Amino acid sequence: MTSRREELAQGWIEVVSSTLARRVSRTELDQELHELYGAILEALRRGGVDAAGEHYAEVRALLNEISRNRARQGFSPAETAIGVFALKRGLEPLLDEGSAEDVAAYLALARLTDDLGMFTVDAYAATREQIISAQAEELLELSTPVVKLWDGIIGVPLVGTLDSARTQVVMEKLLQALVDTGSAHAIIDITGVPAVDTEVAQHLLKTVVAARLMGAECIVSGIRPQIAQTIVALGIEFGDIVTKATLADALRHALRRSPGALGGAGSAA
Amino acid sequence: MTSPGLDPEGTRIQLIATSDDVVRARQLVRTLAVGCGLSLVDQTKLVTAASELARNTLSYGGGGTMSALPVERNGRRGVRLSFTDEGPGIPDIDLALRDGWSSGSGMGLGLSGARRLVDEFELRTVVDEGTTVTVVKWSR
Amino acid sequence: MSERLPILRIGGNLLVSIQADLDDQTVMNLQEDLAEHVVRHGARGVIIDITAAEIVDSFVGRMLSTIASISRLLDAETVVVGMRPAVAITLVELGLSLGGVRTALNLEQGLAILAERSSAGPAAR
Repeated sequence: MTSRREELAQGWIEVVSSTLARRVSRTELDQELHELYGAILEALRRGGVDAAGEHYAEVRALLNEISRNRARQGFSPAETAIGVFALKRGLEPLLDEGSAEDVAAYLALARLTDDLGMFTVDAYAATREQIISAQAEELLELSTPVVKLWDGIIGVPLVGTLDSARTQVVMEKLLQALVDTGSAHAIIDITGVPAVDTEVAQHLLKTVVAARLMGAECIVSGIRPQIAQTIVALGIEFGDIVTKATLADALRHALRRSPGALGGAGSAA
Repeated sequence: MTSPGLDPEGTRIQLIATSDDVVRARQLVRTLAVGCGLSLVDQTKLVTAASELARNTLSYGGGGTMSALPVERNGRRGVRLSFTDEGPGIPDIDLALRDGWSSGSGMGLGLSGARRLVDEFELRTVVDEGTTVTVVKWSR
Repeated sequence: MSERLPILRIGGNLLVSIQADLDDQTVMNLQEDLAEHVVRHGARGVIIDITAAEIVDSFVGRMLSTIASISRLLDAETVVVGMRPAVAITLVELGLSLGGVRTALNLEQGLAILAERSSAGPAAR
């Protein structure tokens, strides 16, 4: 395998690049695979075909990096693994002219490539997991905007299903926004929320109480009939929290209660 | 750390004998909580719980110690605190954990309030021998 | 370690800023000193600024409620300003409601509450 290094490497690269069809530049692939090929040869030379062994640390590191890059660039797991399995295919022609010894060596090598192939799939999956959880976090941030509706009044329009984690993020973001903007009123609009469970309702309630402790009032608007039924059925005490049918009603209420907002109309809470 | 929670090397001990020690206990817990990557809200909850429990140790237990250590489980990091005294103990645990109950001068939120601020809470008490409260707060 | 916090006068109001992690004795001292200052200066309002407070436990929370009750007996309104979100969330979980204490987001809004009260007369609220 060492003696026919260039020939084999070329055959390998040929197979891989035809699969990845111009989505990775030829030079990049060339460099990547030559490095990998060199590392595999080095590991073979130093002993063993145990893909999990210490001789293969360098090979695993390279494969890990290649797999991560492929995952980030949007390749499929198959397209990623082909990089390794193609090595086997590249060796096949050698079998025709080979002895029994060569066949045994080929089989050992085949097992090695299989193991390394599995490794790339694992590395690929791990990277995808990371990407997915990072995106979920981003989405959480994006889906909970806090907007300024008027001087001294902020609004939090909630859309979609509320789970406990998201409600907690909203809670903290809302309270921080009160401080940052000096707004004494906040409107939590849940028109776009199809349902709430006990935990979410409790979190909303705690947000309102926490805001009050800080010196601000929250109004909850847009409660759907089903949600109202849930709240009552669950026996959750909404107490003296102001609720309004629509965001517009809530805004009118907040304006009436903030003395500065409309040129001093009305009285403070 | 291979055996979290059992490694005595990371444990920090704070004597709780005066109200200044309660302040020191809070500061120690804050440092650990920041080091373990707890969010600002979780730091605040843990430090507040520590303050309640340290004051309990002082006023009901007649003083004692707080041991604090960083812990790790399933890749999540956290802080474990143990408050130990050799005071009179608590005769009725259920009653002591109920909101509003207090045998001393507090409002009775100490134990039950602290329990709501942490993820794990364990109370061991023997009448006439003493009380140990252990709490853990995990990073999210 | 216990100390006495400085109490400032702004017009007819008193202002105390809680700057650091307080030991219990300092908290008790503050309670005494404020009552005395309210009477001595005939103050109509007390503002306690907790912007710098990293936590409020039940001991400090109870002190705030007590100060508000004592001040009210002495015809002064107490407003606690600048509570951090993390502190508020923790207080809710702790189950502490700060009964009888008025709150405002910042010093400016706290002063506005007091100004409104004095212009509306003592019967307001």
